Amino acid sequence: MIRLEGIGQVFRSRDGARVAALDGVDLSVGREQFVCIVGPSGCGKSTLLRLVAGLIAPTRGAIEVDGRRVDGPREDVGIVFQKPTLFPWASVLDNVLMPLKLMGRPAAPHGRRALELLEMVGLGGFETRLPGELSGGMQQRAAICRALIHDPPILLMDEPFGALDALTREEMTLELLSIWQDRRKTIVFVTHSITEAVLLADKVVVMSSRPGRVVSSLDVALPRPRSFAQEALPEFQSVAASVRASIFSRRKAAADAR
Amino acid sequence: MRADPDPDDAGPAGRAGFARLARASVPWLSIAALLVAWELCVRGFRIPDYLLPAPSEIWSQTWALKATVADHALATLRTIALGFGLAVVVSLPLAVLVTSSPAVAATVYPILVLVQSVPKVALAPVLVVALGANEMPRIVVTFLVCFFPLVISVAAGLLSVPAEYIELCRSCRASRWRELLRVRMPCAVPFLFSGLKVAITLSVVGAVVGEFVAADKGLGYLIQSSTAFFKTPLAFGAILILALVGIALFQAVVAIERAFFPWSVSDERFRD
Repeated sequence: MIRLEGIGQVFRSRDGARVAALDGVDLSVGREQFVCIVGPSGCGKSTLLRLVAGLIAPTRGAIEVDGRRVDGPREDVGIVFQKPTLFPWASVLDNVLMPLKLMGRPAAPHGRRALELLEMVGLGGFETRLPGELSGGMQQRAAICRALIHDPPILLMDEPFGALDALTREEMTLELLSIWQDRRKTIVFVTHSITEAVLLADKVVVMSSRPGRVVSSLDVALPRPRSFAQEALPEFQSVAASVRASIFSRRKAAADAR
Repeated sequence: MRADPDPDDAGPAGRAGFARLARASVPWLSIAALLVAWELCVRGFRIPDYLLPAPSEIWSQTWALKATVADHALATLRTIALGFGLAVVVSLPLAVLVTSSPAVAATVYPILVLVQSVPKVALAPVLVVALGANEMPRIVVTFLVCFFPLVISVAAGLLSVPAEYIELCRSCRASRWRELLRVRMPCAVPFLFSGLKVAITLSVVGAVVGEFVAADKGLGYLIQSSTAFFKTPLAFGAILILALVGIALFQAVVAIERAFFPWSVSDERFRD
């Protein structure tokens, strides 16, 4: 479904130096696969999502979605950012319908769908509220509804639960799993949390920083539906341990080289 | 709206209500105290009326001419309304234009800065020659005084849009027009109102400056003509009315923001 080949991304920093954010990244994500990208800060995870969304163009390499080259923003993706980034002037319902309005499609026929989505994430009855009246977790739920409103086959999530407290975070993780269970999508999910990655993903991709490279790609064969109870299983532990090992062995190697 | 924790809310409702009342009355009491002190000084030191009139004298002389004074006040309000309105109508599209591209900004900004750098008081007599001894030069001076802060604040607002909002627009392939209408303009609303608050205050100054230079009506004219005849109490009356007009107009802008854009008053984006 999504294929990245030999992706290199070079940014020019403010003092004119060239900074390699990504270097030789190959990645493929199957249809309706849930892929988590884990790695230290500055490994270009967010850049990778923006490349797939077509918001930026790669310096080198090619990206294909459904066999077609990505050369600009595409309407078949939904994006969830780390912060909810809801518009403070619009009601929760209007925020959820916003992508349609921005696309210039009529929003009114989708009102019911928006309400269903809000109901699904436990925000039924909050549709007329302003985002400022909701808690951080509720705002992020609304943001997920917004990403789903045009029923995109691809969902890109950039540390969506990173700004939430630990309890809300676990709750949202389970909710995302149940949403995905109901309406299968291809999801690329960026996170710092190894546990979150293993619990959610079919495949965990570990990246290194400066330049961002794919270090390893591990399949997670745990049965679905998943739950936090599985965290205690040896299979879970062994996958989590290999993810951790591939993050930290890289770091150690880098430290030794210095 | 997350207000600061109010210590008075902890107590019984009656006591809290009394505390709030006491707090609300403090500004009025301090103004009353100032007026009393003023009155006592003028009487005690026998300061002549034409130097510093007592509040009671200001009141009685202004009240005696209330119809005339009201007429002048209305003339000034009319100048303020027209000049301020013109500034709003001109500055919003101008701000959109300035922020539309770096090339346009580079072209328009120097002109704006040049216009702003000219002291408006210096410009007023020239405007009278150019536009004639009518209402126009006063409106233009008012407009010139208050349009610059409006353009600058609205332009800043249009450019203050968080990067994620723009990414959302781009990922939905929103046209520039839709992005402006649905995202940039609402984002600029809090900035627009801070500009309006500055501009409405300046517009009172602008109108009076215009009336000083050429007018046969208005509170500025009243101040000049009454001081010329040493009717200082009447001039003071006009000055106080101007102050009240300024406060009332400012509060009107605040009230409009609260009523129509409550989210703008306590904007989440500036608290992160």
